[in-house]
Amino acid sequence: MTGTVMEIRDLHLRFPMGRSPADYVTGRPGRVVNALNGVSLDLIRGETLGVVGESGCGKSTLARCIVRLYTPSEGEIRFDGQDVFGTEQRADRAYNRRVQMMFQDPYSSLNPRMTTGQILAEALSVHKMRPDAKIPARVAELLELVRLSQDAQHKLPHEFSGGQRQRIAIARALAVEPEVLIADELVSALDVSVQAQVVNLLLELQETLDLTILFVAHDLRLVRHVSNRVAVIYLGRIVEVGDSETLFSAPAHPYSQALLSAAPSLNPDERGKAVKLEGELPSPLNMPSGCPFHVRCRHATETCKTTLPVLLPFKGRGEVACHHVEEINANA
Amino acid sequence: MDENTPILQVDGLNTTFHRNGRALPALRDVSFSVARGEVLGLVGESGSGKSVTLRSIIGLARRYGDVTGQVRWQGRDLVEMADRALRQIQGREIAMIFQEPMTSLNPLLTVGLQLEETLRAHTDLPRAARRDRAIEMLDLVGIPSAAQRLKDYPHQFSGGMRQRVMIAIALAANPKLLLADEPTTALDVTIQAQILDLILRLAQDMDMGVLLVTHDLGVVAQTCDNVAVMYAGRIVEQGLVRDVLREPRHPYTVGLMRSVPENLPPRTPLYSVPGVPPGLDALPPGCAFAPRCTSCIAPCSQDRPALSLITEGRQVACFNPVTKSQGNAA
Repeated sequence: MTGTVMEIRDLHLRFPMGRSPADYVTGRPGRVVNALNGVSLDLIRGETLGVVGESGCGKSTLARCIVRLYTPSEGEIRFDGQDVFGTEQRADRAYNRRVQMMFQDPYSSLNPRMTTGQILAEALSVHKMRPDAKIPARVAELLELVRLSQDAQHKLPHEFSGGQRQRIAIARALAVEPEVLIADELVSALDVSVQAQVVNLLLELQETLDLTILFVAHDLRLVRHVSNRVAVIYLGRIVEVGDSETLFSAPAHPYSQALLSAAPSLNPDERGKAVKLEGELPSPLNMPSGCPFHVRCRHATETCKTTLPVLLPFKGRGEVACHHVEEINANA
Repeated sequence: MDENTPILQVDGLNTTFHRNGRALPALRDVSFSVARGEVLGLVGESGSGKSVTLRSIIGLARRYGDVTGQVRWQGRDLVEMADRALRQIQGREIAMIFQEPMTSLNPLLTVGLQLEETLRAHTDLPRAARRDRAIEMLDLVGIPSAAQRLKDYPHQFSGGMRQRVMIAIALAANPKLLLADEPTTALDVTIQAQILDLILRLAQDMDMGVLLVTHDLGVVAQTCDNVAVMYAGRIVEQGLVRDVLREPRHPYTVGLMRSVPENLPPRTPLYSVPGVPPGLDALPPGCAFAPRCTSCIAPCSQDRPALSLITEGRQVACFNPVTKSQGNAA
């Protein structure tokens, strides 16, 4: 079955900051962190959608909105045609079951006082996946699925390595038979060879269980490898989205170009070829006017300083939010 | 730049920690040298001994374990040196940048104070000159409006900026050698590129040697002149970056390179070295990599291969090194 499984439309999330006493006296409004500034994205059934961007750009915030850890200030997320934040859906556990998240830190995302068996059984009983009598059999099955030995059941998280812990996190997410997996920097804390094992497992499970994956990571090589499509986020906005291979081999947005060329190549002969990006991500407290990237962009013009570019299809290869995308890619 | 006279020469460095009455051999027989202006990369997975090497050189490991062997620095042996004398070298001649910019700065002191502290300890500059030097250093590492930012506390800086402050502090006393322990691991690729550029530029301008610990082979390819690959506390392969990355000879180096998802058809299984690294308390008798090695032959499980020169400028510790054709097939 193909088609759109999740539609994210114009998602905004603002975190209000506390007002200082001086603010109250002068009547100045409190400051606001603009974490997401109008994210629209479709998740297609069975795909892996990679999300990349610098820290603070809103990748994890987006992931957390999707699993309803944050409530967006504006915009909506529709899952199977239903508004996830609608009043009836709020109390509904079914969505939580169907969309599961896995976190970055394998040391803090598992309860240190529960054995693996208890961790998995808890997920099963909370969502009433099996009658109590059948839970142990399912736990055994899950461990097998993620290639952990059966005696892992009786061990505590600290007895496992980082890679094994991420396998437990995967098993816990899969326990409730979800349709969508949100992987937020799932393998970032692992060594390359362990990372390879976990990624292989994830890709394999995706095939067998027909999963849709949102893969948030800062390792660009890895995102390129696992994703069908990729979205590049900058300051809470998507600046480019498209087919993974096309986007990585020929990024169209100046930010994507700079970001991708900053990833160090394994080829020592490619030294110094990176498109240098000056400065850092501006603070989401003081959003630049117009295109959020204009302060760091070498192609920026007056238009960029005043007008916010929208995400538009570009040469039939995905969508780009840039006023000058045509000129910039004219020679490409 | 005189390539032939190393400023740092490490010879047969062993570091052993003790836990519950058992000896843990964290480093064994580690030897290498760093010349002026040279950037040497140390790569390997967690627990391979990269950070312990840095800490053993600068005398931070001796408090927790036994360090033996030789670390020749300006005609003296740092391993034998008394703590008092060593402190004159730490931070002045040899500086270190730690991995976590979030936790290596004192959150209660302004950045200016922390910079000045280093200058007071390691230079004879008067107060006004120290302030000028502090501003100059922040400028050098690319922190905008440096003079104003001296008054700021670490939490007022972003991660990338904090790492720059760490570099500024490390370089304030004009060290001759910089030990950098995963200086960019916690940072974004864009900031990583800026920081690595900065370290490279400073190494050239100040003719400073750099020992760069990283687990990212891309960083090695883009930054280092030479590279040493570590496994279970030993150097298993060493040589020019270009040669080692293009034609790795040790099976472990080959495995590491193959684990990196580059130039692979998308969504195909990634290569991973079978098995897991051995614990330091249960090292196999022969070559520590033998149980995971695909080119393992009979002697590997009994004897330990020594790190030896196999071609010009390339040292490999392996009885059955990978040849060029095999490397390409892999």
